[in-house]
Amino acid sequence: MTQAPLFQQITDFANRANPYPLYEELRKNPVLHEEEGGPYVLSSYWDIEALLHDPRISSDAANLAAAGDDELSGPEATGLPPSFIRLDPPEHDRLRRIANSSFGPPHRPRRIENMRGELGEIVTGLIDGFGDARQIDLVDQFAYPFPVTVICRLLGVPREDEPRFRAWVDPIVAGLDPDARTSAESQRTAQEARLQLGMYLNGLVDQRAREPRDDMLSDLVNSHGPDGAMTTMEVLSTAVLLLIAGHETTVNLITNGMLTLLRHPEFLERLRNDPGLSVKIVEELLRYEPPVQIVPQRTCIADIEVRGVTIPKGSRIWLMLAAGNRDPERFQDPERFDPDREDIQHLGFGSGIHSCFGAPLARLETQIALSELARRLENPRLVADPPPYRQNAVLRGPRHLEIAFDGVRQAV
Amino acid sequence: MPADYVDWLRREGRIVIVGASLAGLRAAETLRAEGFAGELTLIGDEPYEPYDRPPLSKSVLLGKASPHRTELPHRREIDAKWRLGVAATGLDLSAKRVKLADGDEVEYDRLLIATGVRARPWLKADEGRLDGVCLLRTRDDAADLYQRLKAGPRRVFVIGAGFAGSEVASACRETGIPVTVAERAGAPLVGALGGVIGAVAADLQTENGVDLRTHVTVTSLEGDSVGRVRAVHLSDESVVEADVVVVSLGSVRNTDWLTGSGLGAGPRGIACDAGCRAFDFRGIVTDDVFVAGDVARSPHALFGYQFLSLEHWGNAVAQAETAAHNMICHGADRRPHLWMPAFWSSMFGVNIKSVGVPPMGDQLMITQGALAERRFVGVYGYQGRVIAAVSFDNARWLEFYARQIERGAPFPVEFPTMDRRPEGRQPVAADFPDPSLPTHGPTVTLTGYSPADQQLVFHPARH
Repeated sequence: MTQAPLFQQITDFANRANPYPLYEELRKNPVLHEEEGGPYVLSSYWDIEALLHDPRISSDAANLAAAGDDELSGPEATGLPPSFIRLDPPEHDRLRRIANSSFGPPHRPRRIENMRGELGEIVTGLIDGFGDARQIDLVDQFAYPFPVTVICRLLGVPREDEPRFRAWVDPIVAGLDPDARTSAESQRTAQEARLQLGMYLNGLVDQRAREPRDDMLSDLVNSHGPDGAMTTMEVLSTAVLLLIAGHETTVNLITNGMLTLLRHPEFLERLRNDPGLSVKIVEELLRYEPPVQIVPQRTCIADIEVRGVTIPKGSRIWLMLAAGNRDPERFQDPERFDPDREDIQHLGFGSGIHSCFGAPLARLETQIALSELARRLENPRLVADPPPYRQNAVLRGPRHLEIAFDGVRQAV
Repeated sequence: MPADYVDWLRREGRIVIVGASLAGLRAAETLRAEGFAGELTLIGDEPYEPYDRPPLSKSVLLGKASPHRTELPHRREIDAKWRLGVAATGLDLSAKRVKLADGDEVEYDRLLIATGVRARPWLKADEGRLDGVCLLRTRDDAADLYQRLKAGPRRVFVIGAGFAGSEVASACRETGIPVTVAERAGAPLVGALGGVIGAVAADLQTENGVDLRTHVTVTSLEGDSVGRVRAVHLSDESVVEADVVVVSLGSVRNTDWLTGSGLGAGPRGIACDAGCRAFDFRGIVTDDVFVAGDVARSPHALFGYQFLSLEHWGNAVAQAETAAHNMICHGADRRPHLWMPAFWSSMFGVNIKSVGVPPMGDQLMITQGALAERRFVGVYGYQGRVIAAVSFDNARWLEFYARQIERGAPFPVEFPTMDRRPEGRQPVAADFPDPSLPTHGPTVTLTGYSPADQQLVFHPARH
């Protein structure tokens, strides 16, 4: 029996708990193309970094559809236009600029920093909520509710609607997994869910158009900068994107973070005494266990040459961010988790024009979450290692993370 | 034995750095980081510890940053002897001594010259002394100009529409001050980016309310009875009343103090090899004098081994690190300074960035975006290859173009790119002014092959 091609092993659940040996295998052939019509899989740091800045690489859903395997991405199929993550310039730039004007500099430079106190309160409340328990599931009781609460407040989505939109979010996220065997069906379900979520958000958007509040939905509806306003459909697909990307990835970053710290207790102990260390810990986590492992939605609009291999125009490209992050060509001792390393760089937030929109928020959330968990949990330890993982190979993380501890210290 | 000498130098030698700004500081840090344990002296003519200059023409003028709060962060302890507020006035190469303005002399075993540039003053000294006539290079200059802008002048007049002059004009408009800009060439930024991009910069200025005068020179500055500037006379015989005049005519390299020293130093800087070792005036490399930053000019393999002097922040850092490394290692461990030139500016809300050497280019293609939208990437070609690129509000792509330059990628750019518009399908002339008619100066100077070139010789128009 022959082994499955490497690129199919990436989506194979058997590799989910520890994909890194597979990534090491991939890097031996950093421009991997195993099957006619299959993707070109890039796994070295410098190549990925270069392609993320290459204007011949497209993220456009329409170009991807032309490359095959993404035929349902067009607006016709869903009624919702693609969000800016699936568009190229100039449309991408216009929509991202409008969205950014209510989120970051230069118009709202302190929006995230000003949430610090609020984030701390939410975290404190969640940890207080552990009560007398001596064991919790970190995902369900902390790592999921925290960023959901935050993104709901930021966007202006009622937190109590979470069970409703979660039913739509889950299939959308599953649709991002490029598993060839389930692709067509899961993408159809995902697009349907995306439309449902858009319709739900449309109700809120209508309301904000009439009565603006201090939230991003109001800003998106009422934006009138130099780029003009978004159409209602554009507002909806942007809101869907921000709602999903605003918490799904952070759940995994926090969970991967706690898992990694429990596997490296010396850093957990140091973090307990020095919350400032969380900055470096989070950066190293983004290198060592990034929540977004793969960017599978790129295609090239010209023949391009990488390491002597010509990738023909129209080919699909998978950028293996997590493999690049442990590339020994780029990092010394890459398989070691070391927040003390002098040059912490990573592809955890991507790079180039699509680099993570929510990065400042994700960083702050995770810094606060991990330092508070470290400070308040007495003698925390893993109940199962490895924990059970989610199916998704792109947004990779534990489905549950059972943690036992001796008690919860008082909040200060 | 040379090997013993380096070991001794690293242990207990004396290294003197003349120039206590960005390049000097980064060199000092690199020396210590790489294990130099000897005596380190930094000499600077300003009374301040090294500070950062880019904010001086931007956030400082807007009142968003204090000119006295732009100290450069230290990357590490450097344990140096500081001689601040005293200029170097001479160099004795054979005795290995730097002479100082206070009469003192400092001996060295190895010397790094990082004296940078100063603002070119107004050509008529008496007019330049009128109250209200300003330069903008130092922290004190910026503090003075900020106070004058804050006082609400009726009109500011900027002589020269290079990057610095344009940034001043931008700050004036942002704070609502009427401003006139005069430029000898046909548009702002032409010396650095050529006429096609210059036209975009011109639109940017006029649309933001700048009274832009091109193809004119300032003939005289007129003062009132108490010695305050009151009007500017132009070569088209017009007169503009202004109470602040900013002279922004580019820079002069600080090499005067080396006159007669025997180093290959002149108005275009100090010639050095790719390893930052200074040449003497005979074109022979020295082994104990190194150069870094704005004052250096060194041959670059990617640009035909032309001697480039770059007034670029990143170049100062990279060259200082290379020079410092080479100063304290054995010959075989030395490395060349082959930094990709890169420059940025911001004005009128637009981020401008370039890589490579645009003034070497003769043709231009807009490969992404559109000139009319003022969001684009333009690629410069020279003799069939990509030599530079510039972006307006599109900086994230430049890394790609930097790699194209490194590879000597062919020009015209044939591959399709996202956001390519019809105007970018054919190359056009980049429209640099004839270099025999100098503007106030680009930030890159191409200086031909002679390292000991002591006078300015402008090359005729290309080909």
